[in-house]
Amino acid sequence: MTLIFSVEIVISNKPQARDPEGETIMRDLIHKSGFNSVKEVRTGKLLAVKVEAANEEEARENVVSMCNDLRIYNPVAHSLSVRVRA
Amino acid sequence: MKVAVVQFPGSNCDRDTVHVLKNVMKLDAELIWHNEFKDGHYDAVVLPGGFSFGDHLRGGTIAAHSPATKAVIEMAGDGKPVLGICNGFQILIEAGLLPGALLRNTSLKFVCKWMNLSIDSDKTAFTSSLKKGFKIRMPIAHNEGRFFVDEKVLDSLEAEGRVVMKYADENPTGTSRGIAAVSNEKGNVVGMMPHPERASEPELGGMDGRRIFESMVEWARC
Repeated sequence: MTLIFSVEIVISNKPQARDPEGETIMRDLIHKSGFNSVKEVRTGKLLAVKVEAANEEEARENVVSMCNDLRIYNPVAHSLSVRVRA
Repeated sequence: MKVAVVQFPGSNCDRDTVHVLKNVMKLDAELIWHNEFKDGHYDAVVLPGGFSFGDHLRGGTIAAHSPATKAVIEMAGDGKPVLGICNGFQILIEAGLLPGALLRNTSLKFVCKWMNLSIDSDKTAFTSSLKKGFKIRMPIAHNEGRFFVDEKVLDSLEAEGRVVMKYADENPTGTSRGIAAVSNEKGNVVGMMPHPERASEPELGGMDGRRIFESMVEWARC
């Protein structure tokens, strides 16, 4: 029996690659509004996918290999995080 | 020589490029829809600028999976000149023909201006008629042109002469070491952010772009 899993794919710049959008949000919004406890902001792109699989592990593996095969992220500059929600 | 200019949905510099190749450079150039493009009929190929597939996911990613790109990879393997301009550069990177990534400009702005560029390598199919150290002027127009690779790879690209052009006076996008164009190992595949097709006629303010296409002709002849 297969189930439908909600999987979140998050693509963000690696720490070495500057993220100007995150820097602007922190500098011009968060810090200017007095939330000085925030020390870093990194932005990314979220792909929320629904995937059919026998179990959580298979759902995750399928999504990770799809991301690698199709270069959903560019491994030179991006890090990838895949999490199964339900 | 017969040159193909591949048109993807969302390309917008395709007709300008064909115009310059045909009417200025007097070459046999053909605009061809990406699904109809096949290797074997052309001596060189240009992937033009624009926003192929709406830049969805990120610039060039979806076009890199087009059947046209498979044919471009074959042509690159055969040593034929392959040029990616702006979005075309993004496609060549996403197709794995060129190294690195093109990230969003650090200013977060779409930068559209004429730039002074210095030639870093004259050993490529698109700079062979120039000399290392030459300064040329061409405009850029993009939001995702910040070339990124880690420092080690940057060092090896520079050592191998694969950095083709750098911005000469200022760094408009935050691109690593001012890099504006890179090549593959053989030098027949070049990706560049500046637009040579917008700098090939006096009416448009400059003619240095012709040198890029002249180099292609010279390279194909040798």
